[in-house]
Amino acid sequence: MATASISTPDSKRIEHHDHDELVETTSEELAPLYRQMLAIRRLEEASAKAYSQGKIGGFLHLIIGQEAVCVGAIAALQPKDYVVATYREHGHAYAKGVPARPIMAELYGKKTGLVKGLGGSMHLFDKSTNFLGGYGIVGGHVPIAAGAAFASKYRGDGAVTLCFFGEGASTIGGFAEGLALAALWKLPVVLICENNQYSMGTPLYRSLAVEDVSLRALAHGMARDRFDGDDVVKVKRRIAEAVERARTTGEPTLVEVVTYRFRGHSMSDPGLYRTKDEVEEWKRRDPLNRCRERLVQLGFPETELTALEDDVKAEIEDAVKFSEESPPADEYFPYVIKEG
Amino acid sequence: MAVISYREALNQAMREEMERDPNVFIMGEEVGHYNGAYKVTQGMLQRFSERRVVDAPIAEMGFAGIGVGAAMVGLRPIIEFMTFNFSLVAIDQIVNNAAKIYQMSGGQYHIPIVFRGPSGPAVQVGSQHSQALESYYAHVPGLKVVMPATAYDAKGLLKSAIRDDNPIVFMEGETLYNTTWEVPESEELIPIGVADIKREGKDVTLIAWSRMVWTCLDAAKELAKEGIEAEVVDPRTLRPLDVETLAASVRKTGRCVIVEVGWPVAGFGAEVAYQMQRLCMDSLDAPIERVCSDDVPMPYAKNLEDEVQPQVKDVVAAVKRALYL
Repeated sequence: MATASISTPDSKRIEHHDHDELVETTSEELAPLYRQMLAIRRLEEASAKAYSQGKIGGFLHLIIGQEAVCVGAIAALQPKDYVVATYREHGHAYAKGVPARPIMAELYGKKTGLVKGLGGSMHLFDKSTNFLGGYGIVGGHVPIAAGAAFASKYRGDGAVTLCFFGEGASTIGGFAEGLALAALWKLPVVLICENNQYSMGTPLYRSLAVEDVSLRALAHGMARDRFDGDDVVKVKRRIAEAVERARTTGEPTLVEVVTYRFRGHSMSDPGLYRTKDEVEEWKRRDPLNRCRERLVQLGFPETELTALEDDVKAEIEDAVKFSEESPPADEYFPYVIKEG
Repeated sequence: MAVISYREALNQAMREEMERDPNVFIMGEEVGHYNGAYKVTQGMLQRFSERRVVDAPIAEMGFAGIGVGAAMVGLRPIIEFMTFNFSLVAIDQIVNNAAKIYQMSGGQYHIPIVFRGPSGPAVQVGSQHSQALESYYAHVPGLKVVMPATAYDAKGLLKSAIRDDNPIVFMEGETLYNTTWEVPESEELIPIGVADIKREGKDVTLIAWSRMVWTCLDAAKELAKEGIEAEVVDPRTLRPLDVETLAASVRKTGRCVIVEVGWPVAGFGAEVAYQMQRLCMDSLDAPIERVCSDDVPMPYAKNLEDEVQPQVKDVVAAVKRALYL
C-alpha cells in the first residue's frame, strides 16, 4: 500500500499472517469465539439486508471483517468489566453478552429494541452487561471510558474498562485528553484502537503523520501494544495482558489492533477509495474463515461445527423475525429527565 | 441566620453534600492545592483528600467526560469549570453525552453530575472571559440550568443539584462571589424549578436571574422614588422554568420587562417573552420589553464594558416604556 508516513525506530512492526506462529489454543476455547464471530457476521449481514429493504434507517456501520477484534478483546474480560464503544458497535454489544434480538429490534426502531427505539444502530446501551454504550461523536467517548475507570479506581471495585475507537479518532481532542488523563491518574482502562486503515474514506497516510497510533502512549509513559487482529485468540491473549495490567497495577494500556472492514464506512459508502484487489486480498485472510479452519485443524468435529452454524443461523433468523413482529417504538418523553 | 458570602455558601453546600454522600467528589482545574481559582473550594482538599478533591490538568473535554463516565456507573461528580467560558471546549460532553445518555440508553443510565463554575460577564477581562452562556445550555433537553443570584439560593440550590439524578449546569455569577445574604445554619434545600419573588410590587414585573437580579433590585429602588413599585421575579433556574410564578406576577402587574446580561439574539429572555405573551396575553397592558447587553463581543475598556451591559438606567428606561411614561 502506498504510504507517505514517517516510520520511526520505535514503531512496532506487524508480522503479517504468519500461520506458522499461531497462538496456542484448544477447540474448547476457540469454538465459542468462532460462534460469536459468526453470529456477529450473520447479524451484520441480516441488518444490511433489512437496511436495503428500507426496514432499518439512518446510518448503519457494519463491522464485517473486524469481528476478531471485539470478540477476542471482550473474551478477556469478566462480567463486571465495562465496555465503551463507537457507533460501529453491534458486535461489541453482542460480544459483551447482549442477545441478538434486542440489538436487531433496536436497528428496526422497535419498542422491544435494546434502548426502546430511542438510540438506533449507533447508540446501543445495556446496563445488565455493563455495556456503557455506542457513541456517535468520534473520540468523545474516550473520556467516558476513562471516567468509568476513574470510578473503579475511586471505589476499588477491581473492574477494568475497555474502550474501542478507530484510528480516525486518534486525531481528535477527546482521544488526546482521555489518553492524557488515563495516564496521569493511572486509570484501569485499556484503550483499543481498531485500526481498519480508513477513516471513512481517508487512508492512514493522508490522515496521520505517523501511522503507528500506539506510539502516542510513549509521550504519556503508558504501556502500549500493536499487532494484527486476524487471529481472535491472539487478540484475546494480548488484550488479556493489558487487562491484567489494569486490574493488578491500575495502569492503562494503549493497544492498536490492525484490521480491515470489508464493507464501506456505512451503508451509503460504496468504498470507491479502495481497489478491488486490496479488498479481495484482505478477504482472503478473513479472520472468520481463519478461525473456522483452525477449529477444523484442532479436530473440532464437522458435525458439531455444522450444528453450531445452524444454531447461529436460527438465532439470527429468530432475531429478524422478532424484530419484524415487534410493536413500533411508542414513547420518547419519559427518559429526558429522571424524576426523583 | 448567619450572613455569609455567595462563595462561602457554595463551599458549605459542597462540604455538606460530600460529608453526606461518599460518592460525591469534585474535579476541576486548581480546585485542590490552589483552593480554587475563585476560592470556592477553599479548604476542601484538606478536609476530603486528593481522592475526592481532584486537581485536573487543562483538559475540560477530558475531565468533563470523565465526570460523565463516572456518573454513569454510580458516582456523583461535581465538575468545576474555572469559568464557564472554558466549558465551550467541553460542550460536546455536556450536550452530546451528559444531556442525552439517559434518553439514548432508553432510561438505563442516568447522569447525576453537576457542572459548575463562574459565569456571566466579569470585569475588564475581555471578550473571551466575559460572556453569558446560559442560553446555550438552556436550549438543551436533558439538562437543568440553575443560576442563583444570592448566597441563600446558591447554597440551597447547589445542595439540590448535587442530589439530583440529572445533569445540572450550575452557573454562578462571577461577580457575585463576595455578595452576602442571610443563610440558615440548618439544612435547607431549595427545589430546582421554583422561582422566587425577590421584591414585591404592583406596577411592573421585572424578570431577571443571576447578577441582573441585583441590577433590577437597584432599579426598583430608583423607580420607587418616582412612585413606581416594581416586582422583581427571579426564576433561579432557567430549565425547568417556573412559568407559572412568572406569569402570575405578570398577570398581576400587566407589564413585563425581562432583563438579561446576555446577547439579544436568541437569548433566553426571548423564550421568557414568548411564554409570558402566551400565558398573559389578556392581562398585558403593554408590549413585553427586553433589556440585554449590546449585540457585540465584550470590549475591554471599563467605560465601554459598562456601556455594553444593562445598567440600572436601562432598566428604568425600559420600565417607563412599558408604562408609557
